[in-house]
Amino acid sequence: MTKVTLTVNGRAMSGECEDRTLLVHFIREKLGLTGTHVGCDTTQCGACVVHMDGHSVKSCSILAVQASGSSITTIEGLAGQGELHPVQAAFKEHHGLQCGFCTPGMVMTAVDLINREGGTLTEETVRAGLEGNICRCTGYHNIVKAILAADAEMATGRQAAE
Amino acid sequence: MGVEGIGARVTRKEDKRFLTGKGRYTDDMTVPGMKYACFVRSPYAHAKIGDIDATAAKAMPGVIDVLDGKQLQADGIGNLICGWMIHSKDGSPMKMGAWHPLAVDTVRYVGDAIAIVVADSSGEARDAAEAVVIDYEQLPVVTEAVAALASGAPQIHPEAPGNLIFDWQIGEPDAVDEAIAAAAHVTEIEILNNRLSPNPMEPRATLGIYDTAEDHYTCYTTSQNPHVARLVMSAFYNVAPENKLRVIAPDVGGGFGSKIYIYPEEIICLWASKKTGVPVKWTSDRTEAFLTDAHGRDHASKVKMAFDANNHITALKVDTIANLGAYMSLFSSAVPTYLYATLLSGQYTIPAIHANVRTVYTNTVPVDAYRGAGRPEATYLLERTIETAARELGVSPAELRRTNFIRSFPYQTPVIMNYDAGDYEASLNAAMQAADWAGFAARRSQSEARGKKRGIGMSCYIEACGIAPSAAVGSLGAGVGLWESAEVRVNAVGTIEVLTGSHSHGQGHETTFAQLVAGRLGVPIESISIVHGDTDKVQMGMGTYGSRSGAVGMSAVVKALDKVEAKAKKIAAHLMEASEEDIVIENGELKVAGTDKSVPWFQVALASYTAHNLPSGMEPGLKETAFYDPSNFTFPAGCYIAEVEIDPDTGETDIVQFVAADDFGNIINPMIVEGQVHGGIAQGIGQALLENVQYDANGQLLTASYMDYAMPRADDLPSFTLSHQNTPCPSNPLGIKGCGEAGAIGSPPALINAITDAIGHNKLTMPATPMKVWQALHAAH
Repeated sequence: MTKVTLTVNGRAMSGECEDRTLLVHFIREKLGLTGTHVGCDTTQCGACVVHMDGHSVKSCSILAVQASGSSITTIEGLAGQGELHPVQAAFKEHHGLQCGFCTPGMVMTAVDLINREGGTLTEETVRAGLEGNICRCTGYHNIVKAILAADAEMATGRQAAE
Repeated sequence: MGVEGIGARVTRKEDKRFLTGKGRYTDDMTVPGMKYACFVRSPYAHAKIGDIDATAAKAMPGVIDVLDGKQLQADGIGNLICGWMIHSKDGSPMKMGAWHPLAVDTVRYVGDAIAIVVADSSGEARDAAEAVVIDYEQLPVVTEAVAALASGAPQIHPEAPGNLIFDWQIGEPDAVDEAIAAAAHVTEIEILNNRLSPNPMEPRATLGIYDTAEDHYTCYTTSQNPHVARLVMSAFYNVAPENKLRVIAPDVGGGFGSKIYIYPEEIICLWASKKTGVPVKWTSDRTEAFLTDAHGRDHASKVKMAFDANNHITALKVDTIANLGAYMSLFSSAVPTYLYATLLSGQYTIPAIHANVRTVYTNTVPVDAYRGAGRPEATYLLERTIETAARELGVSPAELRRTNFIRSFPYQTPVIMNYDAGDYEASLNAAMQAADWAGFAARRSQSEARGKKRGIGMSCYIEACGIAPSAAVGSLGAGVGLWESAEVRVNAVGTIEVLTGSHSHGQGHETTFAQLVAGRLGVPIESISIVHGDTDKVQMGMGTYGSRSGAVGMSAVVKALDKVEAKAKKIAAHLMEASEEDIVIENGELKVAGTDKSVPWFQVALASYTAHNLPSGMEPGLKETAFYDPSNFTFPAGCYIAEVEIDPDTGETDIVQFVAADDFGNIINPMIVEGQVHGGIAQGIGQALLENVQYDANGQLLTASYMDYAMPRADDLPSFTLSHQNTPCPSNPLGIKGCGEAGAIGSPPALINAITDAIGHNKLTMPATPMKVWQALHAAH
């Protein structure tokens, strides 16, 4: 067993785990943050995407011990208590989710995509940017719409701030 | 009506918890003392099992116990059942082989469960499962249905000689043969419907909890129908009597049919919890899901369609072989029979139809309903055939369809179904206009100028939803009734809980069911809560599949609301000293029509519970239950058009546009209906272009991960163009037809008709991968 120390959603957290424990299992089982999901075992589906030091990462593709010392944001920490991040709000407004299982990973990927390429996104680049996230319910139609709407909304917010 | 009532585009009440990571799925559940299960599964597709040696496994760190099939059998746990009896045309009942939850002497597919390991952690359970030593004697394997029927094929179950489960027919063989003999033209085609894995993003999971003190079981499970699970586990598997078994299906991450069935794992985890004295949780990994979740489709058919000299269809003859896998899953027998052959009239007047269906055991995962269930197979067969006929007859595909459309209702088909309403030409016209069909020739020329092949294809589908009435399905062999229940509980302050036997796993019932109530009573949608998925809360229900929750589940809510309203009106009339007939319910008030007298909804609710001033003899309270059994199936229909551009150098197909024009009857929430269609189309495109379950000759599943099974991704799909041409359904009070499966039913033939149009010949099977399309183009030259 190895001790892992992380900053998760702004709070210092630590726990002991086996060396083979994946970050996603550490987050779900040791920290009790079950919003991050496991949808496959080959790093293909993206249900487990979290942000590690500000960048999206599939938390099934990294060991918890490798992540020790880093700062993690999960879906639970994306917005303040009771609030929705603009991407979350856009998913609701545009019906970008159905069963909700892929949704946390999809939202975390979308936020990272907008952080990296915000203001320049098109339907084509959003679809390309979602290549690592699988949704079986929505056919992606409304997810793409939601991300483009959130991108526009956040761009307006950035302009207003400038 | 109103901003939150029927027809309004209300955003979903359930979204916030899913968007903020607060959804509660089965694998999220933990209880004190909980341990983890891993199943020991067969690595062989067909083998005798000898000695099972768990000595080393039991000695490993963290292991609580290892249990096998002989122990399960000794404790009286029953075999898995198929709940729909089909008789062969010679009158004999279907030949069902035994399906032990844990195999006792023979394994029949890769993944067949043999033993369960319970340990402190999932990792330790998995380590120990690998240490269980089993003697196997390998047996010959067959994975394809046609091969399984050949003489000398490996025998899979002693109960089913030659692997034939049943040889069933529907329709009039003699009339069909006569019409074919007299036809001006006969189109013949062979149709393969590829095998699919449903792949809801949440893998199956279950948590079994046995309470020693109360002798009571609780089962958390990823189910589309927890009440059916409780019924079957009690009545057939002897897990526990119904009053000692609570089944909870919390948030469920998609189903698409694959979570209808009661699988071995939930039974075994409940039993293992009693044996070990600890709560036992099992969560499937994705490879395990590919290996054990029921697959869909897998039909091989030969078709003849006969025409007279005026291009009217005179007969349809179909001979289908359906692969049901290694065991008969819960509704497997109904899919290639009453959910398939009864839809072979499509949208067309066909005076004579005959279908013969043989179902077959193979050494593969059991096959059962997957989104559409039989109806996609019927639609694909029919729409490929009529498209081929149009090409052979030299008429446009739209014209041949128009020539044969059913135009007056009700219409009795020769294959049981009685279509009650529809306007097929309206959907065809809307789709052709939206797709700019007339401009296709010019677009094709432009593509050709760029060295590309362009094609356009259509599909006019019909399906049958809201499977019912119960007496009718009972007469056809169903083991259950297909009604639905609802309870409307008005609290003393006027807020409302609706308990439904339907189950939401993505469909948005918490919103649409609340919209129905908000519209009827004029109360805010926030004051209405929808309760589902727990057998301790909702008394009984049949669950969600077959696009039945709106047509059947919401109709039950309507019936309960009728009763609640009737009682509320009596109370209001009494309070206002008015006549009950004069009371109307509007905007959250009960009013005396034509006067300014009114009493707020909450005050009537409160009066019903204080019971200080009720009409003489009235019971206190405001809570009503209803069971709704429909009088007919519903018949959603529509027209889909796909336009594709193919790169002849790579064989890659680009979907340039996809148009859907659907008739779903009345619509509660257009936003949610559109979402259902989007998702269905994506699965249909997946079937047509990407997805295929592939076994090798030894029965090893080659497509057991997302590295090998091509799920549709965002960059594989276009955005979709949707419209509705609704004719209300006359057989239920809301006029709803159902929308959950249409997309998956209508889209595959539209795609393949478009691709075969582009490549100029018909020799193409699904999935039309770049390699197959390239080969088809190459063969044509």
